[in-house]
Amino acid sequence: MSEAKAILKNNIWENNPILIQILGICSTLAVTNLLTNTLIMTIGVTFVTALSSFTISIIKKMIPRKVRMIVQTLVIAFYVIIVDILLKAYAPEISKNLGPYVGLIITNCIIMGRAEAFAQSNPPLISFWDGFTSGLGYMSVLMLLAFVRELLGFGTLFGFRVMPMEFTNGGYNWTIMVMAPSAFFLVGILLWIAKETMLKQETGGDK
Amino acid sequence: MSPVISPFSLFFASILTSNILLANFLGMCSFISISKDMKSSNGLGMAVTVVLVITGMANWAVLHFILIPLGLEYLRYIVFIVVIAAVVQILEMVIDRVSPALYMSLGIFLPLITVNCAILGVALFIEIRNYSFIQSVIYSLGSGLGWWLAIMALSAIRKKVDKAPVPAGLQGPGITMITIGFMAMAFIGFSGMLQVQ
Repeated sequence: MSEAKAILKNNIWENNPILIQILGICSTLAVTNLLTNTLIMTIGVTFVTALSSFTISIIKKMIPRKVRMIVQTLVIAFYVIIVDILLKAYAPEISKNLGPYVGLIITNCIIMGRAEAFAQSNPPLISFWDGFTSGLGYMSVLMLLAFVRELLGFGTLFGFRVMPMEFTNGGYNWTIMVMAPSAFFLVGILLWIAKETMLKQETGGDK
Repeated sequence: MSPVISPFSLFFASILTSNILLANFLGMCSFISISKDMKSSNGLGMAVTVVLVITGMANWAVLHFILIPLGLEYLRYIVFIVVIAAVVQILEMVIDRVSPALYMSLGIFLPLITVNCAILGVALFIEIRNYSFIQSVIYSLGSGLGWWLAIMALSAIRKKVDKAPVPAGLQGPGITMITIGFMAMAFIGFSGMLQVQ
């Protein structure tokens, strides 16, 4: 059990996929202007990471080393197709909003990274847990990002208005928050805060 | 039906205002890790552009001649990624044969391209926006050039930033993200001139 706990802590904070490894931001930064989209998208990513780690861990002995990358990609693509079909069936509106970014979960480096770094050399259940917690680490950071962007950009949270109308329309223009640059700025600031905190934690670190 | 867009504005929009990297966030991973070095950035930018044009055409053909007639559109993710992997592999072998010098300089970057989300992203955008064949070629070429331009610009800026007194916590990826943010703002500035979508 303590191993599972260690993995959880590692994937959410010490080795957070975004804050520390800067992986997989491509396909998801694009959807962080609305909380709902981000939530659905990161749930999709978590689902795919967890299950593909699980599957790859089961079949790892059967895959020849040389073709393992392509097999891993196919496993990941398989789960992404499931997510895509489920979204189209149960949430067509969100599926349309997310557009090509659902398909782009395939090239999300986190999933491939976990498959290579963990599932390849660990038993299935713990690989599932590793993939799942990596997904959670990813989700937490992106939800934070989406929270700030939606709140400042539209004055809403999950589509509900929390800021007065004047906040977004009356003379102040916060459109920048829903456009691409703000995502880059916010990630930059977030990385700064995370690194600063970590430097403080390391008492007597080398810097 | 393909949308009616003038080829000229599609080309420039895909380089500037709809820059695949700065507006659509695609291809970030290799963008951030490679842009430390200008020479490598140039090589990778060139490779991405070439692969994009070829896979753009190949994926358009596969989609319109195989997947749609057979009603297998839901398999497109798997098919696209296999096409991309195959094109990269073939390209690697051809370049190795024809120009070993180019192979040496591109060598390490070619395999990396398979997992570059920009390549798959362009294929998916082409599909979603229903581009015609000619439009797909223009769009993939423009996106490639846009990516190339962005990575060259960033690696040039990073050379200067490396020497600047940046706070310890902001060094590395942090300041790079903020730099990219400024670049994205500059590119969005072009949207007064032309826009696609």
